[in-house]
Amino acid sequence: MNRLAIPKTYKLYIGGKFPRSESGRVYEVLSHTGDFLANAAKGSRKDARDAVVAARNALGGWAGATAYNRGQVLYRIAELLEGRRAQFIAEIMSCEGVNAAVASAQVDEAIDRWVWYAGWADKYVQVAGNANPVSGPFFNLSVPEPTGVVAIIAPQGTESLLGLVSAIAPALVAGNTVVVVANENAPLSAISLAEVLATSDVPGGVVNIVTGSPTEIAPWLATHADVNALDLVGAGDLDWVELQISAADTLKRVLPPETGADAAAPALNRILAFTEVKTVWHTKAIL
Amino acid sequence: MTQSPLATYQPEQRALALIGGEATDTNLRRYLQGIPGIDAVGLEARAADLGTRSIKTSSKRWAIDTIIGLIDLTTLEGADTPGKVRSLVAKALVPDPGDPGTPRVAAVCVYGDMVGAAVTALGSAHAAAGETEGSGVQGVRVAAVATAFPSGRASLAVKLADVRDAVAAGADEIDMVIDRGAFLAGRFGQVYDEIVAVKEACRRADGSMAHLKVILETGELNTYDNVRRASWLAILAGGDFIKTSTGKVAPAATLPVTLSMLEVVRDWHRLTGVRIGVKPAGGIRTSKDAIKYLVTVAETVGEEWLTPHLFRFGASSLLNDVLLQRQKMTTGHYSGPDYVTID
Repeated sequence: MNRLAIPKTYKLYIGGKFPRSESGRVYEVLSHTGDFLANAAKGSRKDARDAVVAARNALGGWAGATAYNRGQVLYRIAELLEGRRAQFIAEIMSCEGVNAAVASAQVDEAIDRWVWYAGWADKYVQVAGNANPVSGPFFNLSVPEPTGVVAIIAPQGTESLLGLVSAIAPALVAGNTVVVVANENAPLSAISLAEVLATSDVPGGVVNIVTGSPTEIAPWLATHADVNALDLVGAGDLDWVELQISAADTLKRVLPPETGADAAAPALNRILAFTEVKTVWHTKAIL
Repeated sequence: MTQSPLATYQPEQRALALIGGEATDTNLRRYLQGIPGIDAVGLEARAADLGTRSIKTSSKRWAIDTIIGLIDLTTLEGADTPGKVRSLVAKALVPDPGDPGTPRVAAVCVYGDMVGAAVTALGSAHAAAGETEGSGVQGVRVAAVATAFPSGRASLAVKLADVRDAVAAGADEIDMVIDRGAFLAGRFGQVYDEIVAVKEACRRADGSMAHLKVILETGELNTYDNVRRASWLAILAGGDFIKTSTGKVAPAATLPVTLSMLEVVRDWHRLTGVRIGVKPAGGIRTSKDAIKYLVTVAETVGEEWLTPHLFRFGASSLLNDVLLQRQKMTTGHYSGPDYVTID
């Protein structure tokens, strides 16, 4: 006997909760063959606004946590991803039309990337910071600090899970909080990642995931005065020059779109892109 | 509608005529407890319903500017300094330095000993006593909390001295607290007499009167029926304004409580033709909340109440949220807390 399928209607992930879109809109997520998979919330500019508020509220706690603690929390996400391998593989196969081996390889790489970035949390300051030589009896120390709220347009192509992880993990390492607009055509990885994050130790509001149309939402994030940085990694198909121009009005840090096989490849520079260098002087004790 | 004979009476006579005798505990109890009770479920449903109105675009623009003009910008902290009051006054005069077209707030609200600092800081922008509307740029008034705010637990002599000090220092408005202990114990006469005495203490040397706002502290009155009785009591005793809360007790202002007070004000206006003001204070932090109050006022007593003489918001953080909304409407993109002052 055939069981009646239960089609799902997913929601957004904002401030550690799963609200419906303020607009009440949903859109259909289709498989690579065009079959109905699920409904996803079609986020609006007001959802993006709420997400920025949540990210701002979470910033103090996340940026103020010790680097060691942030590393542990990020590592824990990798552990949970590992536990949900089967779900991610099934979703990637249906959305992207790849076979099990390819999907499995993508999930593995995404997990490895989380672990790689998690390890940087208590190390990147040592690498990027510096004790500067100065001509006087002073210590002169430069240390990178998180930029603040980072808005990310997730990669929109294939490899939906790996692309998303490659974009949000480096921003989180330094203590930024993020608002990410998910892959529009293949949002299931992002939605499942939200469920992973909600059951992990990541404080609510540190990662906020808005599904919907990047074309519609990105301009509002680019002009939002309370967003400190904009990662346009997946905005290649948008009018991203215009987004850069409007981001300049409020002095945001901006990363340009990347395409190709090594888009958003793991690199220390992706972490440092969303940090600000603070330099302090301190007198040396003269004995 | 035929004018009630009450409208022709002097205020004191009017109260006595309504109460049916001297303002003794017995008479007041008979009168106040004869007031019909409130349907709490219906009141809350009505308030919730009024809160669902959608106010957009040009109406929202109007609402936002109206809200700013109705705010009593407040600082009531033990840690208040003259410097803090000066920066509060600066914000009251120019809420948004990025847009000189932003209206001024109605008043600044401070503790009695800070009135002098506020008046000095306001300088020529201080609304002169008795100034009427429509005289060009709106002046900012100085409101002082008095009568052993916020608890009100002091002798009458101390409370009156508190009021006289603030009035002498130049306060245009006095926010007094009622003695909730006496009210809850049923000693309505004592509450009544105190309000009358404080009102008299609001008289300035030249005979003019400082405006009297009576704080009911609805969070401590427990029931809507008590709120309604306290509202009647405050109005009978001569309060110019009834105010929900001190902001020091939770719950502070809520929409149902404010609605019930507005209903009393509406009934009083029908009875006597006199307009009494209402000031919800405490807990109103977002433009969205404030707009709900505007809708409630307009629907309950009418739009003519939406002037600083008849309606105020007691708030400190509300102004920043309203300014963010205003900036969003002006520039077309979302603003952030970095673009308004911290205090």
